[in-house]
Amino acid sequence: MRLRLVRDDTDYDFFKYAKTTFGASCVAMVLSVLAWAVMGLNFGIDFQGGTTIRTQSEQSVDVAAYRAAMEPLGLGDVAISEIFDPSFGEDRNAAMVRIQAQDGTESVTPETIAAVEEALQQVDPSITFPSVESVGPKVSGELIQTAFLAVAASLGAILIYIWLRFEWQFSLGAVVALFHDVILTIGIFALLQIRFDLATIAAILTIIGYSINDTVVIFDRLRENLIKWKQRPLRDVMNLSVNETLSRTVMTSGTTLIALIALLVLGGDVIRSFVFAITWGIVVGTYSSVFVAKNVVLFLGVKRDWSKPDKTEGNQFANIDS
Amino acid sequence: MLHIPLWRRILIWSLVAIGLLLALPNAFYSRVERSNDARAAIETLGATPERRDEAGLWPSWLPSGLVNLGLDLRGGAHLLAEVQVEDVYEGRMDGLWPELRDALRDARDAVGTIRRVDQGGDAIVVRLSDPSGMPRALEIARGLAQPVTTLSGVGSQDLDVAGDGDELTIRLSEAERAATDDRTIRQSLEIIRRRVDEVGTREPTIQRQGEDRILIQVPGIGSAEELKALIGTTAQLTFNPVISRSGDPDASQSSRQVVYPLLDAPGTYYTLERTPVVSGEQLVDAQPSFDQNGQPAVTFRFNPAGARAFGDYTAENIGSPFAIVLDEEVISAPVIQSHIPGGSGIITGNFTVEESTQLAVLLRAGALPAELTFLEERTIGPELGQDSIEAGQIACIVAFVLVLAFMWASYGLFGVFANIALLINVGLIFGLLSMIGATLTLPGIAGIVLTIGMAVDANVLVFERIREELKTARGPSRAISLGYEKALSAIVDANITTFIIATILFMLGSGPVRGFAVTLGLGILTSVFTAIFVTRLMVVTWFDRRRPKTIEV
Repeated sequence: MRLRLVRDDTDYDFFKYAKTTFGASCVAMVLSVLAWAVMGLNFGIDFQGGTTIRTQSEQSVDVAAYRAAMEPLGLGDVAISEIFDPSFGEDRNAAMVRIQAQDGTESVTPETIAAVEEALQQVDPSITFPSVESVGPKVSGELIQTAFLAVAASLGAILIYIWLRFEWQFSLGAVVALFHDVILTIGIFALLQIRFDLATIAAILTIIGYSINDTVVIFDRLRENLIKWKQRPLRDVMNLSVNETLSRTVMTSGTTLIALIALLVLGGDVIRSFVFAITWGIVVGTYSSVFVAKNVVLFLGVKRDWSKPDKTEGNQFANIDS
Repeated sequence: MLHIPLWRRILIWSLVAIGLLLALPNAFYSRVERSNDARAAIETLGATPERRDEAGLWPSWLPSGLVNLGLDLRGGAHLLAEVQVEDVYEGRMDGLWPELRDALRDARDAVGTIRRVDQGGDAIVVRLSDPSGMPRALEIARGLAQPVTTLSGVGSQDLDVAGDGDELTIRLSEAERAATDDRTIRQSLEIIRRRVDEVGTREPTIQRQGEDRILIQVPGIGSAEELKALIGTTAQLTFNPVISRSGDPDASQSSRQVVYPLLDAPGTYYTLERTPVVSGEQLVDAQPSFDQNGQPAVTFRFNPAGARAFGDYTAENIGSPFAIVLDEEVISAPVIQSHIPGGSGIITGNFTVEESTQLAVLLRAGALPAELTFLEERTIGPELGQDSIEAGQIACIVAFVLVLAFMWASYGLFGVFANIALLINVGLIFGLLSMIGATLTLPGIAGIVLTIGMAVDANVLVFERIREELKTARGPSRAISLGYEKALSAIVDANITTFIIATILFMLGSGPVRGFAVTLGLGILTSVFTAIFVTRLMVVTWFDRRRPKTIEV
């Protein structure tokens, strides 16, 4: 007896609700952009410059007391947040203190860090500082540029690759789907105000990689079926292709999600936002390969004659099956 | 049609065996690490019985390459420094001045008297008393220029000379600046490397990044502050002629003079000539020692050129003081008692033993040619790294078990084949990482976990295809064969696109992100290899032995 998440002979009509799903995708994208514009992203120091100090203590974290202790130092904008993790015991309490970039210096001066550490030690003598990170405004500006460039370069490279391997309609469909995934990921980061840093960009690129993987598998089958079913309507051939690959889509997304959820729960808090982004992206990416990429290809239409240029033209035996 | 030639079988299994063998040391990480350290120590410091025992922890005939742990896993400090390359221009100009001055003075008839009017900076500006002598002055200045010695700067001279009215301006040309900048960065890299190595930490990363930046990562060091203290001091040692001594920091000075404080006596200042007699670059050795009163001191020795300059100067200036200057502070200003011909000397001051040792190290390593500004600094404590490793390990194991169970439940025996391939796959990733000496970071672990999830994809594609083909094809043998054949294009296209992403991540990312790109990229290569070759070989071998009439996938 085998575990079957999807029956072998599914025959779902994925276009039945095309308007609804496509509409929902558009609405979700608009909402994401709105969330991005209105709430903004919670940029980490990678992109904004500044300093973060991770604190760890046996006593519970008293955010208000920390803030009061740092008030006299006049460091401008200070954000303090407590960190929770299931693996922390009773005697482990961690917090993240974030200080804005200071005027006139690139990375933070040792005096500033020493002053902050001293102030916090007076509140809580058992406090330790497992990590201190500081990024100057000069570098953070460049990092934003690099990040933007990386996402753009990936989309461009995929556009070209799919175009070469398939048709331009396919490559446009794939890139629209990827764009959809990226926007939705940025949207959820804005909505939940999760820290958005360099690792998040890596996560977004991974999502692009995963989602294109999924899309390509379906396209590959579609190409095969288009050659096989020359007269069937495009819509039917597409449905057939998705149904045929559905079992694989669910299996692969399933195993990847299992691995990621294990990492999300047990992997510690340091990489949680990174893993969260990828997990979210896998879900969105799987959805977009089935519902977004295909719809775009259907709207655009596609070349139906996939037979190779005929080398035997003029030969009396040519074109027997056309 | 399911036949796989023997040579190919042997090749596949040998590749797997080599990969796993390379990965093996990582399973005994601390043991191999101690053994490697002991071997390195025997190499440099000679063998002792303890070191031999330590080295014997891991047999020498086995591979001993380990995956380096990144800073976020091991703890340590990370600095991104920008080299202020412009600092060097001023020194170059100062070095040129005596030569230019002498050449112009020799031509006094044509150009009249001259005066340098700039205040340091990256140009020399000279005012001529006789503006009509400008063409002659330009000619003299141009005569001092040398061809630039780089590939890109072919045919260009190292000086830009311009005359405007009675002012002659000389600065470094574009090509020479580019060449100088490059030299400055290389020199800084080398000096930072030497200083970090003096402390003897494990596997520091010291890399040039972009035009004028240097990335320094040192695992195991307590904090970025310590690292900065180690490399951030310029330790620019010079010996300058003393002009006067006063209590006034703003003592009147010409552009050719500088005022530096005396280190041990606040409020005392020396006016010195800007151009030193000898500088730290001409030192060949510096050692901590003690002076005749038993106070800690540093002895030093010059190279022949330095020794000659120092000897000549001391012979000509017996009875007048000269200053020993370290990083714009006068350490001491002794009076020259006699001609010092040998090129060696001693620096005394109120040093502690630690200070004299540190100073000797810095002098020996050489001075940084230019100042560093730190753009980025990160300290990660070792406990945090340890926590991350533990969490990562648990997550990996849980992810593994779940995925294995899921595959087995879904595909039965074929699932077991895929699972064996998956285990081999992770082994191969570690083998490759150890082989190329890559660094494993926390996102890198995430990359491996993600690969675990995605590595089954290629197998799933094949198995699903075999299932479909079983419905139509004649016999299981044909179905298996067709399954592999038809799934190939999807596997290749899907993995190439992901590989493109990994490449872009690698090129544009740095640090942890790059670590992630490396594991993701290698994971794609190994997962395609294991799915297309290893699993297939297992399936075919099993099929050949059993010859089942029907198969269930």
